[in-house]
Amino acid sequence: MAPQTLFEKVWNNHLVRPQTDDLPAVLYIDLHLVHEVTSPQAFTQMRERGLKVRRPDQTLATMDHSTPTTPRGLDGLIPVTDSMARAQLDVMRKNCADFGIKLFDLGTRNQGIVHVIGPEQGITQPGMTIVCGDSHTSTHGAFGALAFGIGTSEVAMVMATQCLLQNKPKTMAVKVNGDLHAGVTAKDIILGIIAKIGVGGGTGYVLEYMGQAIRGMSMEGRMTICNMSIEGGARAGMIAPDETTFQWVNGRPAAPKGADFDAAVAEWRRLPSDEGAEFDAEVTLEAHELVPMITYGTNPGMGMPITGYVPDPDRIRDVSEKLAMDKALTYMGLQPNEQLLGKQVDVVFLGSCTNSRIGDLREAAKIIRGRKVAEGVRMMVVPGSQQVKAQAEAEGLDKVFKEAGAEWREAGCSMCIAMNGDQLSPGQYAVSTSNRNFEGRQGKGGRTFLASPLTAAATAITGRVTDPRTIIGEREFA
Amino acid sequence: MEPIKTFSGKVVALPINDIDTDQIIPARYLKVTDKNGLGAACFSDWRYESDGSPKPEFPLNKPEHQGAEVLIGGHNFGCGSSREHAPWALMGAGFKAVISTYFADIFKNNALKNGLLPVVVDKDTHEQLISLAQEDPNTQVTVNLAEQTVTLPDGREVTFPIDGFSKHCLLNGVDQLGYVMGLDDVISAYESTHAKRISTLQTS
Repeated sequence: MAPQTLFEKVWNNHLVRPQTDDLPAVLYIDLHLVHEVTSPQAFTQMRERGLKVRRPDQTLATMDHSTPTTPRGLDGLIPVTDSMARAQLDVMRKNCADFGIKLFDLGTRNQGIVHVIGPEQGITQPGMTIVCGDSHTSTHGAFGALAFGIGTSEVAMVMATQCLLQNKPKTMAVKVNGDLHAGVTAKDIILGIIAKIGVGGGTGYVLEYMGQAIRGMSMEGRMTICNMSIEGGARAGMIAPDETTFQWVNGRPAAPKGADFDAAVAEWRRLPSDEGAEFDAEVTLEAHELVPMITYGTNPGMGMPITGYVPDPDRIRDVSEKLAMDKALTYMGLQPNEQLLGKQVDVVFLGSCTNSRIGDLREAAKIIRGRKVAEGVRMMVVPGSQQVKAQAEAEGLDKVFKEAGAEWREAGCSMCIAMNGDQLSPGQYAVSTSNRNFEGRQGKGGRTFLASPLTAAATAITGRVTDPRTIIGEREFA
Repeated sequence: MEPIKTFSGKVVALPINDIDTDQIIPARYLKVTDKNGLGAACFSDWRYESDGSPKPEFPLNKPEHQGAEVLIGGHNFGCGSSREHAPWALMGAGFKAVISTYFADIFKNNALKNGLLPVVVDKDTHEQLISLAQEDPNTQVTVNLAEQTVTLPDGREVTFPIDGFSKHCLLNGVDQLGYVMGLDDVISAYESTHAKRISTLQTS
């Protein structure tokens, strides 16, 4: 048999029916993750047609997008003051109860961002197909799963049939050679990749990230990278599973146990792309040449080294690209050739499905520990799940952040999506560890610079966009 | 879904690259549990002042563009999130088709599932359509799905690509969910030969 890529192996193993000239493939879905915002209309359709969820045991629901992250009341509950959000959450509870779907309800010990809880529970495993009505489902590809976001019509399709109609995507190898320097992280790699290929460069492709920098990376770093595949236009990004992956999965609640785990690992070892497997496209990034990255514009492709200068639209030849740059800089209130370093910010947001895991909080805490958040700066720290929150508290990280003057919040999407009360005011600048800097994404009129947790933490203590390497230099930094 | 037939409609241009789904429908409107009623919020942040009054200079607000059914968007239209609220909002605002040089994947899928046609044309045609829409607000185009053509006001026909299955479903009003449900035996056979990996009941 011809050498196969990781993607092709997972794809072929899930074909209920292969693609023909006239018909898309029927692809089996192993795990369907569900949240409150993109599912209600699908449940409505199920009810209207009198359908059952085919595999409730392969479906898991949580609440994250419209949920507040404000501290709990005296009753121990998270107050939901927005009546529309409350109604949406109530609908979610009823839908899950009626259709027999397990739900991690708001504030309970397992609730959290949908892309944090899957891996945390060990329900995200190598070789699986995973979908969710959320474009950042690409996160789960870090485990060697084929995972992608779907629309609400497809949510209903998976509920009813556990299958999707799909045309086979193309493959792109993304090689990240060499090792990262201290202070440069997975987030900087993915911002570098997107700056290179552009926000539409990956459209129609499944990316496979490979190379020394990826191999040496923690699962959390790999999730950060796969998470933002969609910001380069790719619905899915994958990383071949290895010992790091197996160790992460082992012992988690939904992971196989004992001999079953050993058998699963033996199977997972066959997943990596074969020697000589061909990709439709290839890009390369040299990790050792990377410095911390930051975005200046209104899409994630508008990124640059933190030491760089904002581009000059007058030097762009394509008329529509020049217009887009003009529009972005006007919205961001930036001048051509301006440096972002030293620019005053109002808010620092540490959170989101990109960077809210325990590793992200630990990294940021290394910089924050014993220091104060600059006067006039609001720093929000929003753990990705209740379990991440509990772990951080067990390690005393909550105290590190609180003593510095940062807000320690409940788990959820928070200011990444600004539909839950956490948002910027018009004109405010934020350094955010999230994934999207679109106009208004973090609140109408808000202006977002995307960066790593280290850059966010360094910026929080100075109040100005800061290269974390200048802070790290002052301390021991593993 | 109703079958799609040939239609003619007035065009309006929004020639901005990389229009993301957060612009098409900002997240704060996603707290609904219904798909109807999103038209008024379509392009909300570009369309309204902070006091809610319409911005007169925004193309969709201009009196001469009222009733437009074909939106000419910039390159890489619909990038960003998977929210199907984006096509729901565009259709709620009266659009039947979006013409661009390039569409983001998930948006395109969602649009096709709802009968909002994503029409890809070459760069020259795209530029010509934008100029026409801006010069004469009564500019109309005819979209013929069966022939996969857009007819410009000067009578020129340009073809556009669409995958065969989506076209068949749209032309005939095929219910895709019904089609896959009809494969129940095949799905069960797959399940019986592929050991189940996980159970969400084991989460804790």
